[in-house]
Amino acid sequence: MSNVPPDLQYTKTHEWVRTLPDGTVEIGITDHAQHALGDLVFVEVPEGGRTVTLGEPCAVVESVKAASDVYSPVAGEVTLGNPVLAAEPEAVNNDPYGKGWLMRLRPTKGAASGEFMGADAYLKLLQTEAG
Amino acid sequence: MAFIPHTPADVEAMLATIGVSSIEQLFDEIPASLRVKSLDGVPVELNEMQIGRLMSERARIDGRPLCFIGAGAYEHHIPAAVWALTTRGEFYSAYTPYQAEASQGTLQLIYEYQTMMASLTGMEVSNASLYDGASAVAEASLMAVRANRKSKSLRILVPRTVNPTYRRVAVSTAGNQGLRFEDVPHAPDSGVTSLDALKKYEGEDVTALVIQQPNFFGQLEDVDALTDWAHAKGIFVIAVVNPTSLALLKPPGEWGSSKGADIVVGDGQPLGVPLSSGGPYFGFMTTRMEYVRQMPGRIVGRTVDLSGREGFTLTLQAREQHIRRAKATSNICTNQGLLVTAATIYMSLMGPVGLERTAVASHASTKELVSALAGVKGVRRAFAGPFFHESVLLLDRPVAPVLTSLAKRGILGGLDLSELYPELGYALLVCATETKTLSDIDSYVAALGEAVQAVRAA
Repeated sequence: MSNVPPDLQYTKTHEWVRTLPDGTVEIGITDHAQHALGDLVFVEVPEGGRTVTLGEPCAVVESVKAASDVYSPVAGEVTLGNPVLAAEPEAVNNDPYGKGWLMRLRPTKGAASGEFMGADAYLKLLQTEAG
Repeated sequence: MAFIPHTPADVEAMLATIGVSSIEQLFDEIPASLRVKSLDGVPVELNEMQIGRLMSERARIDGRPLCFIGAGAYEHHIPAAVWALTTRGEFYSAYTPYQAEASQGTLQLIYEYQTMMASLTGMEVSNASLYDGASAVAEASLMAVRANRKSKSLRILVPRTVNPTYRRVAVSTAGNQGLRFEDVPHAPDSGVTSLDALKKYEGEDVTALVIQQPNFFGQLEDVDALTDWAHAKGIFVIAVVNPTSLALLKPPGEWGSSKGADIVVGDGQPLGVPLSSGGPYFGFMTTRMEYVRQMPGRIVGRTVDLSGREGFTLTLQAREQHIRRAKATSNICTNQGLLVTAATIYMSLMGPVGLERTAVASHASTKELVSALAGVKGVRRAFAGPFFHESVLLLDRPVAPVLTSLAKRGILGGLDLSELYPELGYALLVCATETKTLSDIDSYVAALGEAVQAVRAA
């Protein structure tokens, strides 16, 4: 069974969102998503300063068999793309909720946010998709 | 691998499946006004014997003129073995094989090609070829936009010394994707791009600078100064090079004082592909490993199988459209496998020494040609400074009638630049490769003297 930490928010497209103390959010892909993709060989993250809209493809995760877009679950300005991943894409496989985060964003004030779910709802979604 | 065309029964079954009555109906959306109804001088139907005869009759009319035209496609001697091997059944397909288990020979050949091109251009990685030199410039511009993440402007500086056809193709291909191609004028006395002409871009966001070496006029650009200028401003350098010239000139990977060009492209035609009405030729592209994921086109890699034996296979395919669809690095997937086969065999037979001798002989021929032609009354060199195997001459009267007069004497005298570069006046671009002997050059000089006399001065 996939690892789904209770303290994070999740999207239907298998991203996770963590709100940091300074109000920015950290975004990554879930354990389920990294497992489905297989061993990652390349991760492209956005540059700091880039403005992204809700649902905009803003990162690419590439395994030996596929490349998938990661959609931004919030609108805002990228404060940092994870610099570790250029040399170490496998961090997303090994530690998807920690060292393998993809980007940090400062959400645009007042902008509509995406539909998030808690860990329980996300687990249920995974069960439905598996079933 | 056999390629078997559809039988009429196959075609009928497919049409029935999709509910279309004829193949013609599939083209309904092309308006009648855009369709070609008949081609002048092309008979409706001929059998093999008849068409063979017709073609040889027409070839006789063309004759075997002495060709002094370069301008992007160059006549070189091609060893007979090149096409004898290329047209063997094992190689004779234009298509890149997807099935590694059935295509090791072809894949290895492409891998060797990539190695040779990377080495020739001084770069780290090559793709398996592109459609031609012009589309390679368009692809390199799009790639620069993806890879130069610091630039947001999509502005590509294209000096007037870059092949004008390449510029036009780049505009057609990438102009509607938001890229802006901006002309940079050349210095009138030297025919090269000067740093002065680039000054107005200081402090502006520019994505890439295209540098052609040798340039369209055959002149040698100061590639080190241009590369350093661009890199100091975070501008990518797209090198457009003639592969033969690289046997003598500094490879783009070593341009400038730090890291060299970022993307290198060009037309591979000089490497064993005969002149033939504009093609088919092939484009090449090389870059550094850090940009490989932004590179278009197929790439063959060397690997090992489960038992540890060496093997070759397509690699880094997540860039390509069969996986990435609309977000692929390119959706123009044409490459030129057969021509790459010929080029690889050509390079293998020539070796570095042979290629260098070809380049030296071509340069020597052109030097001889230019100094002899510049001695003809009413003819002078347009530009000072070094050139490779092409150069611009200025005439004191219109070029077109002079060329017509030369053609009647069995000489294709060069390319008339008056439409492409009206600012040059009556300018003629000439080229002589290793295929031209001193007696060929003498013939041209004598014929030009007569032709100039035959055309009234302006």
